[in-house]
Amino acid sequence: MLELVWLIPALPLAGFLLLMLLGRRIGEPGAGWLATLLMGGAFAATVAVHLGLVDRGPEERAFTQTLFEWLPVGGLHVDVGFLVDPLSMTMALFITGVGALIHLYSVGYMHGDRDFARYFALLNLFVFFMLVLVLGDNLLVTFLGWEGVGLCSYQLISFWFAEMPNAVAGKKAFVTNRIGDWGFLVAMFFTFTAVGSLNYIDLNSNAATMATTTATAIAFLLFVGAVGKSAQVPLFVWLPDAMAGPTPVSALIHAATMVTAGVFLMIRVNPVLAASSDWVPDLIAWIGVGTALLAATIAVSQNDIKKVLAYSTISQLGYTFLAVGSGAYVAALFHVVTHAFFKALLFLGSGSVIHGMHDEQDMRRMGALRKVMPITAATFIVGWLAIAGVPPFAGFWSKDEILAHAFDNSPALWLLGLVTALLTAFYMSRQVFMVFFGEARWNDPLPGDDPDEPREEIHPHESPWTMTVPLIVLSVLAAVAGILNLPFAGDNKAFENWLEPVVQGGQVELTLSGSDQVALAIASIGVALIGIALAVAIYLRKRVKPVEPEILAHGWYIDETIARVVDGPGEAAFEGTAAFDRVVIDGAVNGTGAVVKGFGERLRLVQTGYVRSYALAITFGAVALMVYVVTRISR
Amino acid sequence: MIALVEVTTTWYLVLGAMLFSLGGTGLLIRRNPLVMFMCVELMLNAVNLTFVAFGRQLGDLGGQVSVFFVLVVAAAEVVVGLALIVAVLRRHPGATADDVSVLKG
Repeated sequence: MLELVWLIPALPLAGFLLLMLLGRRIGEPGAGWLATLLMGGAFAATVAVHLGLVDRGPEERAFTQTLFEWLPVGGLHVDVGFLVDPLSMTMALFITGVGALIHLYSVGYMHGDRDFARYFALLNLFVFFMLVLVLGDNLLVTFLGWEGVGLCSYQLISFWFAEMPNAVAGKKAFVTNRIGDWGFLVAMFFTFTAVGSLNYIDLNSNAATMATTTATAIAFLLFVGAVGKSAQVPLFVWLPDAMAGPTPVSALIHAATMVTAGVFLMIRVNPVLAASSDWVPDLIAWIGVGTALLAATIAVSQNDIKKVLAYSTISQLGYTFLAVGSGAYVAALFHVVTHAFFKALLFLGSGSVIHGMHDEQDMRRMGALRKVMPITAATFIVGWLAIAGVPPFAGFWSKDEILAHAFDNSPALWLLGLVTALLTAFYMSRQVFMVFFGEARWNDPLPGDDPDEPREEIHPHESPWTMTVPLIVLSVLAAVAGILNLPFAGDNKAFENWLEPVVQGGQVELTLSGSDQVALAIASIGVALIGIALAVAIYLRKRVKPVEPEILAHGWYIDETIARVVDGPGEAAFEGTAAFDRVVIDGAVNGTGAVVKGFGERLRLVQTGYVRSYALAITFGAVALMVYVVTRISR
Repeated sequence: MIALVEVTTTWYLVLGAMLFSLGGTGLLIRRNPLVMFMCVELMLNAVNLTFVAFGRQLGDLGGQVSVFFVLVVAAAEVVVGLALIVAVLRRHPGATADDVSVLKG
């Protein structure tokens, strides 16, 4: 059944083409159902391929399907091929699975939008590129998907492009990602020079014998690419703005799938990371934990329901990079999977709230929504407990595994991770209490609003079944996904055994004793409960006045600083570069052209157009030839 | 009394060279397209004569075969060339070869 792998990306692609050609004719809701159906088909195909892979022995779980030769150029041979192995299948399963649920949800969420068909076409195209990214058997095919998801992300963030901020947000995401893509491209050049091939199998099998500097360069540059795509410091600024898109897009692209591409890439090339100098994994771990902490502090002071989740996504991705840097690839992917479940759930839940509140996104105008939106509230609470790290929900198990590996790596990393866990529990509880508990503030004016301005009365309502069914499915997954890799299962950790063939090149074994692990787990449960208790005291009981400093609400003024730097010295530097390009580069090119042109101007006078001059030239030529023949050759 | 002089191959070669030079000179100095054309024909036939003379002296049939090729090419050339000249002269009566120089660089 492994040969069916081509079908997995083919179905969403077919959906995109169909909707592009016939979307307007199919209209609503047919276009949405068609896209959802094809996504379901892709999920079924993934399950079939997955079962085929499970049937094989652990050592034979790598299957390559080459579709066609793409670039046969000199020594460079790149095929369009798919690599089916535990890693790509794990990614593909949750991409198609969560993707299908989000498609179904979108049928309800996008109801009444005038670009209904275009939305679903783009969503299908996105899933296609994401599947190409994870299934590709070489760096270039992955890069194709990498750029493709970037494009779709841009299109979907600025989906409602008639409003300026949305278009600007899309542009920002696109440009920020470009910076990371530079690293990916250069890493590919290095790989080709060092290995002579872009295939993952060749790269990973050669990693052990590669020069340390080469491995370091490749690993570092690929990490630069991952930083852009996975929104890590310093390239995270695009993700909060990406919330300008429709909420299901935020759930699919900016939480569950696309942003995990960087982590996926790191896990994919883990033997190279293992072969590189020690500073690369250390850098990854510190950037990861730094991002996690920074984003968590910002999330504490956000009032936009989606912005909280956006910063929380950045923070959780920071955890996965902390795991990658600590050599805990299994834990990283485990957290990616559980995060995909609970963050998709939280985003879809927030979408349901926004939908019920008539596009109101400010949490200060919500409250008490659990009474009118019981299903949304119940599922959101499951997601909250999962992300806050309360056992037995999924997030606890994956986060705890990461923290254990971080402690093994360096206690300082663990401590920062623990502080982040505390903040995570706190800001998520704050969000839940502000949205679903307390008193209803649905029609209250916000600080800064004109109180006398007439406002539309808001009557929140529960969402239709197309939106609640995905919520329920995801909440079940977010609750139980921990059983994939329970820490006390010993040698029977399903997820670890499953990924063994992929990560054996780089995985660092945990050296902690069992009792130490229990102690760490108790510590993380403790901080989660402290975080929740703090939020209860501040936002539910109102015992303590909330502390929401301006600097955190503005995200440490990072955006503003970047804007100031780019507008001032940055723009001057760009102008200088442009001038250099105009004067020196263009000058060289145009100068060459001018010389050739001037020479041609002189030379063309030779062509007089008179038959006699041509005849004379022929005569001279013939005489010259004759002289040559007579004097040189015949002698 | 006329001395009986043996006509050797050299005579034919000299005649051929003279005809060729005549034609070449004519082509270079005349302006009338028809005359120039006839000069080209003269050069071709001078070459033919040389071919035949060498062919006979060396007993090689190749020389005569080459003449046939030249004749065929000349015939084809006449067709195209005369058509061009007639067309040019019809548009510009009394035109010389120098008048047809619009393709100059």
